Amino acid sequence: MELTTVWFALIALLWTGYFLLEGFDFGVGILLPVLGRTDRERRLLINTIGPVWDGNEVWLIVAGGATFAAFPEWYATLFSGFYLPLLLILVALIVRGVAFEYRGKRDGGRWKKRWDIAIVAGSLLPAVLWGVAFGNIVRGVKLDTNHEYVGGFLDLLNPYGLLGGLTTLTLFTLHGAVFLALKTGGEMRDRAGRLATRLAPPAVVVAGAFLLWTGLAHPDAAGAMLAAAAAVALIAATLLIRVRREGWAFVATGATLVLAVFALFVTLFPNVMPSSLADANSLTTTNAASSHYTLTVMTWVAVVFTPVVLLYQGWTYWVFRQRLTVDRIPA
Amino acid sequence: MDALDLARWQFGITTVYHFLFVPITIGMSLLVAGLQTAWVRTGRERYLKATKFWGKLFLINFAIGVVTGLVQEFQFGMNWSDYSRFVGDVFGAPLAIEGLLAFFLESTFLGLWIFGWDRLPKRLHLATIWLAGLGTVLSAYFILAANSWMQHPVGYEINAATGRAELTGIGRVLTQTTTLVTFAHTLTACFVTAGAVLLAVSAWHLRRGNQADVFRPGLKLGAWVVVVAGLGTMISGDLQARVMTEQQPMKMAAAEALYSTARPAGFSIFTIGSLDGSEEYASLRVPNLLSFLATGSFDGQVEGIDDLETAYEQQYGEGSYTPYVPVTYWGFRFMIGFGGLAMLVALVALWFTRGGRTPGSRWLWLAAVAGVGMPLAANSFGWIFTEMGRQPWTVFGLFTTAESVSPSVSTGEAATSLIVLTVLYGVLAVIEVGLFVKYARRGFIEPAEQSDRTLAFAY
Repeated sequence: MELTTVWFALIALLWTGYFLLEGFDFGVGILLPVLGRTDRERRLLINTIGPVWDGNEVWLIVAGGATFAAFPEWYATLFSGFYLPLLLILVALIVRGVAFEYRGKRDGGRWKKRWDIAIVAGSLLPAVLWGVAFGNIVRGVKLDTNHEYVGGFLDLLNPYGLLGGLTTLTLFTLHGAVFLALKTGGEMRDRAGRLATRLAPPAVVVAGAFLLWTGLAHPDAAGAMLAAAAAVALIAATLLIRVRREGWAFVATGATLVLAVFALFVTLFPNVMPSSLADANSLTTTNAASSHYTLTVMTWVAVVFTPVVLLYQGWTYWVFRQRLTVDRIPA
Repeated sequence: MDALDLARWQFGITTVYHFLFVPITIGMSLLVAGLQTAWVRTGRERYLKATKFWGKLFLINFAIGVVTGLVQEFQFGMNWSDYSRFVGDVFGAPLAIEGLLAFFLESTFLGLWIFGWDRLPKRLHLATIWLAGLGTVLSAYFILAANSWMQHPVGYEINAATGRAELTGIGRVLTQTTTLVTFAHTLTACFVTAGAVLLAVSAWHLRRGNQADVFRPGLKLGAWVVVVAGLGTMISGDLQARVMTEQQPMKMAAAEALYSTARPAGFSIFTIGSLDGSEEYASLRVPNLLSFLATGSFDGQVEGIDDLETAYEQQYGEGSYTPYVPVTYWGFRFMIGFGGLAMLVALVALWFTRGGRTPGSRWLWLAAVAGVGMPLAANSFGWIFTEMGRQPWTVFGLFTTAESVSPSVSTGEAATSLIVLTVLYGVLAVIEVGLFVKYARRGFIEPAEQSDRTLAFAY
């Protein structure tokens, strides 16, 4: 296999890891005011992701860095082209990350309330915008002959892109609710489970519509199969959460995200950023890639260190595997 | 202002801001690891108290360092897309390796350290803070390797077809002298900064007679770290200056505002004259010092700005190859001056607290508390000097700053980003300093009695 294809797959994998992991972090953040009625309950929710959210976010940093190293043209066009959405995402991630650390550092309702707003907004915004961004990448954007984005911010807010945003929003929220049902005990577990049961059907409709639209607009056998598998996983999640098989339900929402991201990347291949103006302007795994030498170096680094990272990150989840309950949160 | 100016201001503001927090993170993570090691090995309560107290301050600082780091990675693509296209093949590699090797290590193990007090066996828990600290050091190394390549590009060739730089030797990028001396200089500066934090906070408490069991050793540790690491900063800085003179002679000339080549060349402590140093009314000079700094020999020749400008114009074509001299001249002096002051404060603190003494003078304590600003200022001026001194290049001799900016980003977009981030950073600075001061003043607090079921730590 070509190294450019390997790196396309690795970058797909990094984004998959990011959506799989930070997906439920966003969900927890979005559901903070919905499920957390008292301050202690909200702290319970935040603490389910406390030890892991920062490590989860590194998947984004590495996805960005890997794109820079392996496909500089893609990185340059994407980041300069999607300027305002990325700025919004940055602001959101900044206030959200600080909010987790600082919320409990002072007493007082107003202090905590403001940080709660930061957490909710800081989770909501990226949950929508990542979907909008990826929807537009798959759809194709206005790239000129120099691979420069010549559209505006509003061009990104087309129906398909917005449906993509709604899809990530509903999937992340559901994924977060299922995660909370899995990670909490007592009343919160029931509450999160009930909410997940209610969130699942709309998620099926929205994500199903998005994947169907994708399949119709870009017919691709492998992409269609993956999309279908994602849909099956999502329906399975719907049923599993209903019968309170929280662990399996979480596997199912996770599988939905993994398969859906795979479906998008497979549909995209061999483009990395198709141009809607002319096929010749599209960025592909070939014309956006780094030199063979750089890709070789990076492959060695990735082959050696990715398993190590997976091992110790997995171990973290093992260490903090217990369910949390309200009475365990220190006063 | 056009998009280029705005992008430059944004890079300057966000980078200097980010680097207020980074050195404290790097230095303090390892100092806290050292204190926790002392506790695990001796079982003495005061080391545990110190670990918890300094650990809390470290985390308040860490939060801002992490989130502002995201901006650093994103803005290369957002504001400097043509730079990214030109260098991605070379520059992207250390950046990606930094993420995979350093950031995962740092964030994952810090999560384990913060929340793992009651979940992990003592020694394993100790290992987590060391691994997080190792992550911060690795991160510094890879990002400085990337930056060093911008100062002195090696291990690459220009692809004739695309006009872009392509990597040919990753080993050279990671081990060239520029990378090594810059890493040594930056890492020691990080310890100076963290030491100054320990010194300042301890001084504040000792003056009030609070918790001497935590804060007297804290003051000693902080002051010794500042002195020892400060010496390291001086030695590595000296080496770095020679490397720089060889590789970027214009930067050294601009550091002294030396317009004509001189042999030997003196160093001015300060100058009163025109802003760019071309006219001089009065100055305090040390003869032969610049020759020594630049070449290691007291009568070495140092090339002047005018001669270098002529040579560069012949080499690279019409244009100005001289950086903005007022910034390089004063940046260089402030870096050295503030760094020296930080060491002086630490030495004075050690002298007056020798053999169990506790001085009564209020001024002395005030100086120790104010001393925390010295390394922060020195770090900022150091970066401003080294980045501004490379202008007009982003990659020295290969690619200019004007060529680097994103062509597709409008002035309005660049202005929006600059304003939004600056305002946000300002607000966060106020909040951060407020919390840092609050927790610093509170000192170590015994945790309240909790039942066994309660988590040892929760947000």
